[in-house]
Amino acid sequence: MTTDPRSPAAGGLQGARCSGCSVTVYPADDTCPRCGGPADPAALQGTGTLWTWTVQRYAPKSPPYQAPPGGFEPFALGYVELAEGVRVAAVLDVEDLDAVRIGMPLSVTAGPGVPRARPTPLSEEGS
Amino acid sequence: MSTDVLICGAGRTPFGRSEAAGRQLAVAAVNAALADAGIAWPRVRAAFGGSDSAGLADTLVAQLGLTGLPFVNVKNGCATGGSALISAVNAIRSGMADVVLAVGFDKHPRGAFDPRPEDWGLGAEYGSDGLMVTTQFFGMKIQRYMLDHGITPRTLALVAEKAYRNGGLTPEAWRREPVSAAEILESGMVSDPLTRFMFCSPGAGAAALVLCSPEAARAMDGTPVTLRSAAVRTRRFGSFEVFSPWIPGGTLTSVSRDASAAAFEEAGLGPGDVDVCQLQDTESGAEVMHMAECGFCEDGEQERLIASGATAIGGTLPVNTDGGCIANGEPIGASGLRQVYEVVQQLRGRAGERQVPDRPRIGFTHVYGAPGVSACTVLSR
Repeated sequence: MTTDPRSPAAGGLQGARCSGCSVTVYPADDTCPRCGGPADPAALQGTGTLWTWTVQRYAPKSPPYQAPPGGFEPFALGYVELAEGVRVAAVLDVEDLDAVRIGMPLSVTAGPGVPRARPTPLSEEGS
Repeated sequence: MSTDVLICGAGRTPFGRSEAAGRQLAVAAVNAALADAGIAWPRVRAAFGGSDSAGLADTLVAQLGLTGLPFVNVKNGCATGGSALISAVNAIRSGMADVVLAVGFDKHPRGAFDPRPEDWGLGAEYGSDGLMVTTQFFGMKIQRYMLDHGITPRTLALVAEKAYRNGGLTPEAWRREPVSAAEILESGMVSDPLTRFMFCSPGAGAAALVLCSPEAARAMDGTPVTLRSAAVRTRRFGSFEVFSPWIPGGTLTSVSRDASAAAFEEAGLGPGDVDVCQLQDTESGAEVMHMAECGFCEDGEQERLIASGATAIGGTLPVNTDGGCIANGEPIGASGLRQVYEVVQQLRGRAGERQVPDRPRIGFTHVYGAPGVSACTVLSR
């Protein structure tokens, strides 16, 4: 049985955790990629920091890419390292592509497409 | 210990754009390798080969000759050539055949590759939202590496500058005009921090090798090179690869580290013994990281080594003497065998204007590709 990562709690990231070796994965999977044992569904917190990033400067080939209604605009993407110890690929919804930095606090949410990350508001950072 | 395997013939075509079909290029490379070995096609007793997108290698017998030999198709992404080579080695060591061909070829359309998410076990949203782009992975891997190990954009530019300089010394290379580090930095960002001139382009080309048992090699006239080892590995848990919706936390593992270590162990040699090497340089960042992953330096030492000219043809560790993928382009199936072709020429002292001085004795090749495959060889004269 495969869990659809987009069906559970709105906006929440549905991953999986292996009870044997504590590996957390996203999206959810039935088996652990390290030991091959069974993995249980796990809701991920979604807050973390940017581990690495790049900017997609040119329009990807279509298909499979579907440009947004306003046409292609360069966008940032990266891996967000979550508290659970998993780095999740996400499109970065940031105002300024020049302000993207490794280590910046981000919140990742699931939606109709790939995960998207937005800068975590200062009040939620505990700073 | 296993039987020695000798490379008695090596051939390649020019790489780049070509009017010829991929299969025609393959036939040209095979005929060049046979001529180099001084043998005719019927002497070949087994063959292994492949392309990613230019047809089936076993159909080449229609042009080469219907001699009835076993001909196995290999399809292993960027490691296609390396996997064909290792299959040929094992055919000799097992006694299946004494003269074996390995051939790799390809011909790709212009622009970046456009893989389909379903072929990679990913949801359709990874394609429609624009994450099925290989250049993103290369940008993200070196971006993190630069922060962790103090590598600057200028070092990335110097890698590409060297590639174009060496390409200018290689008659079969695609990019043969020198490009300065400043021009490379200003050539337009593709996937930060990598610019347009730091990337190789998909193209067309073919390379072939004739491998022999020691007894078979003795009956030939050429100058054989000894294949001391050949190892192929796939990724272990914890590696960072293209098209990954997630990667595990903690220190990364590396399939290139695993494959190179296995090749050195089998050869009974270490990175310090190598006089000339070919490292997968899909883009500048890959060459920088593969120097460390293959054991030639510590992480971060590249910043000083590259600036000092250590990886240039006259340096202490010449890397990608034919201009690598950056100057030759990447016909996926052919890249791994082009690297071996180049080291064979260097060890024979036949590399012309790009010959590494002081008669190099030990060479190394490393190919890496999606979804986490690496093949390495150690060669000696």
